[in-house]
Amino acid sequence: MCGIVGLFLKNAELQSQLGVHLESMLIPMSDRGPDSAGIAVYGPADTDKLKLTVQSGAAETEFPELQRAIQTRFSQAVDLKIIETHAVLQIDKAATEAVGEMIHREFPGLRIMSRGESVEIFKEVGPPAEVARRFNIAQMSGTHGIGHTRMATESAVTTRGAHPFSTGPDQCLVHNGSLSNHNNLRRELQRQGVDFETENDTEVAAAYLSYHIDCGLALGEALEGALNDLDGFYTFVVSTRTGFGVLRDPIACKPAVLAETEDYVAFGSEYRALVALPGIEKARVWEPEPATVYFWEH
Amino acid sequence: MALFDLQERSLRELNAELHRQAALLQQGADADTEWEVTNPRGSHAVAVGIDGALTVNVRGSVGYYCGGMNQSGQIHVEGSVGPGVGENMMSGSIRVTGDASQYAGATGRGGQLVIEGNASSRCGISIKGIDIVVRGDVGHMSAFMAQSGNLVVLGNAGDALGDSIYEAKLFVRGEVQSLGADCVKKEMREQHLKHLTGLLERAQISDVRAEEFTRYGSARQLYHFDVDHADAY
Amino acid sequence: MSSTNPSTTPRKSAKFDDYTLSEIRRAAATGLYDIRGAGAKRKVPGLDDLLFLGASMSRYPLEGYREKCGTGVVLGSRFAQKPLELKIPITIAGMSFGSLSGNAKEALGRGATLAGTSTTTGDGGMTPEERGHSQLLVYQYLPSRYGMNPDDLRKADAIEIVVGQGAKPGGGGMLLGQKISPRVAEMRTLPEGIDQRSACRHPDWTGPDDLAIKILELREITDWQKPIYIKVGGARPYYDTALAVKAGADVVVLDGMEGGTAATQEVFIEHVGQPTLACIRPAVDALQELGMHRKVQLILSGGIRNGADVAKALALGADAVSIGTAALVAIGDNDPRWEAEYQALGSTAGAYDDWHEGNDPAGISTQDPERAARLDPVAAGRRLANYLKVMTLEAQTIARACGKSHVHHLEPEDLVALSVESAAMARVPLAGTDWVPGRGDQ
Repeated sequence: MCGIVGLFLKNAELQSQLGVHLESMLIPMSDRGPDSAGIAVYGPADTDKLKLTVQSGAAETEFPELQRAIQTRFSQAVDLKIIETHAVLQIDKAATEAVGEMIHREFPGLRIMSRGESVEIFKEVGPPAEVARRFNIAQMSGTHGIGHTRMATESAVTTRGAHPFSTGPDQCLVHNGSLSNHNNLRRELQRQGVDFETENDTEVAAAYLSYHIDCGLALGEALEGALNDLDGFYTFVVSTRTGFGVLRDPIACKPAVLAETEDYVAFGSEYRALVALPGIEKARVWEPEPATVYFWEH
Repeated sequence: MALFDLQERSLRELNAELHRQAALLQQGADADTEWEVTNPRGSHAVAVGIDGALTVNVRGSVGYYCGGMNQSGQIHVEGSVGPGVGENMMSGSIRVTGDASQYAGATGRGGQLVIEGNASSRCGISIKGIDIVVRGDVGHMSAFMAQSGNLVVLGNAGDALGDSIYEAKLFVRGEVQSLGADCVKKEMREQHLKHLTGLLERAQISDVRAEEFTRYGSARQLYHFDVDHADAY
Repeated sequence: MSSTNPSTTPRKSAKFDDYTLSEIRRAAATGLYDIRGAGAKRKVPGLDDLLFLGASMSRYPLEGYREKCGTGVVLGSRFAQKPLELKIPITIAGMSFGSLSGNAKEALGRGATLAGTSTTTGDGGMTPEERGHSQLLVYQYLPSRYGMNPDDLRKADAIEIVVGQGAKPGGGGMLLGQKISPRVAEMRTLPEGIDQRSACRHPDWTGPDDLAIKILELREITDWQKPIYIKVGGARPYYDTALAVKAGADVVVLDGMEGGTAATQEVFIEHVGQPTLACIRPAVDALQELGMHRKVQLILSGGIRNGADVAKALALGADAVSIGTAALVAIGDNDPRWEAEYQALGSTAGAYDDWHEGNDPAGISTQDPERAARLDPVAAGRRLANYLKVMTLEAQTIARACGKSHVHHLEPEDLVALSVESAAMARVPLAGTDWVPGRGDQ
């Protein structure tokens, strides 16, 4: 059970403020989710490069080592930015495979949080306000982002268990609710070759969508499929390289509020998440219908 | 008029103060009966458990359960309300100028709840005597298991209106997307027109007429278990 | 074959036993699932499988009388301004007026008050009689919200938010038309004589994140005076307890499958929810991991019958226990004196569980005035008080024998188990061994 937020900017002038607004949306959701927090930010992209966000449980030793390894072998091709327990690698696309192999072989303890042209994911255990401060979310900029505050239900409170989950390039998912058939679904997806890192129901939902996108479905179609195949109570906020979507299950008990102005589309589990947004008093505010896909794209 | 700024002072202080004033009123002592609450900024549980003829004007939008278990209070919200506004209200009134989120008026036993905007899903769920009037639309599963009271909707109703309804009365002026289990359209007779006119008057709504509404209520087929109706469960 | 050839002895099937055969026939005849009261009746691992070690060379017992063994417990110390102070660690569980007669509720109130403990309302709201007779009254807050109102909320000593109960985790209340008398109908805002349909989810919140906000509302309405309990059935005790704590509960009430109900489907009672014994350690784990053991109190219910059960529940980490079925038996339920009537109803004393029909000869689970009059609330209250006192004395005897000056000082290490299942569930060694089954890391 949790709080989820999302912000999709229509007005490019607000991009430098993306982090400020996401933080203002995340913090009021701390009561719903005191255990951990995470955000996905879609920042500037370089089409020749791929970004990888990695997390380390031993950042103080592991990141300097990672830095040295990259320096010696890939200094031209890889840019490394360290933020607390996370590091963002920007890799020349030509070097991606080699870098991936190096990490897999020599740094098996590193967790890959996200991969994509634009997205960066930061998530950690701890109260949301603290997580926001540690990653300096307020300084981040980008075109859109989603965030999550977590109250763990049936799985452990760990970094891995925190949302957003990313199971495909530039794809992220946050979830408020509780699925009821995720174990069987996980096994089916595993049989199709999908790997899982946690026992978390949200990871199953994310992997389900990524798998179907990989098979050729558009995000909207994959979400429609989810309505049939996923069982339980859920409000999902999904993001891709260029877009942002919201889906509620047919029973729609978990809360969801959308607000739209000329400048943005915003989502929050509670209206409280939206009160600090510019122009919110004049925004169109509504609750998404059950079993209906809502999607915005740049 | 007593002022309370929720940005400066706490929710606990607000509700404690409102309870104190209601108690003074009950004892026949001097009480602050008119209140203006500013900067609620989506706070939950604003003006809950009022137990006396206080008037509370909330300037701004609130979170969950505004006016919960209201008894005799008159609450006016200039803004929108989160889930469960007026839940289990006993008497008095609540008026919301904006929209209401899910479960508006849930399990309400008396009094009047007026939503000038739209209400969301499960409006009037499990009501036990309250009168709810919504100028806009109501969402899916509204009046679910509604036992008694009235739900009046000037706009449209979503899916499964009145699912498993008992004896509450539903009046809808717009379209009903679908009816729930055991909920059927009913004849609008003279007594119902009069009843609805009264409800609209008490809600201070004068730009529509009772004749424009359709009445819905229980078919009473689920009052005793019959295996042939098992599909309805 | 000729009659001189031997044949085998007629053999009944363990799978298709007499009970099962009769149930299949009944379902075929009526087209309706079987509804009954009480808790799970089949044998499951339970507290009887555990034994206390007692004093010996290394542990010394307490003498009776002078060397006191305390039994008091405080419930709701986390947030409430007025926690409940009980003389004994046994409370009376939630049972509705409607499922029970007014006389039965009065008897429970009288008995609990004599013994210095609390009773709990049920799915029909609070009656003036119960509030009058019960010195400490816990007010249940259920999905149906029948009779719910702020005046009663303020009159209560504590509030118990019911998420579920052991007999039917995931199910709602059930009361059939026979028991929807005029008074019951009025209290529940239902037409008389119809079958009550009940919600299984709360109408205005779903999930612990929303529950935290609901608890805030209830505290604000009652000015933070009263402890808030959360009651769950035996589903996922570890996560359920953790989430109850995170949602802001003062007390967690955990009810295993042996816990009774007034009426629900037989399949629910016997096949959904875990045995009480299986629920305790995971719940205590959750409390300990959150640093909340003894700060958020744990009340255990579901088949608690005697002082040994009380002592064992406390030893495994509970702060108190709650009794439902046992309390009804104490005041006269299923008493052999009504055998002729049980037989006429197709049952026998000790097996009668058609409480939903409202024909209870003992006058307990009925709304029929003639039958209800058979129960004298004053005498029955006295019986309940006697029974509670015996349970308390039994628990004290055991605790003293284990060297404890308070029943809360009982620990898991005071116990061993007689079977592999009970050893694994209680996480105590199998008697005569060092082995605690199921702990892969040991």
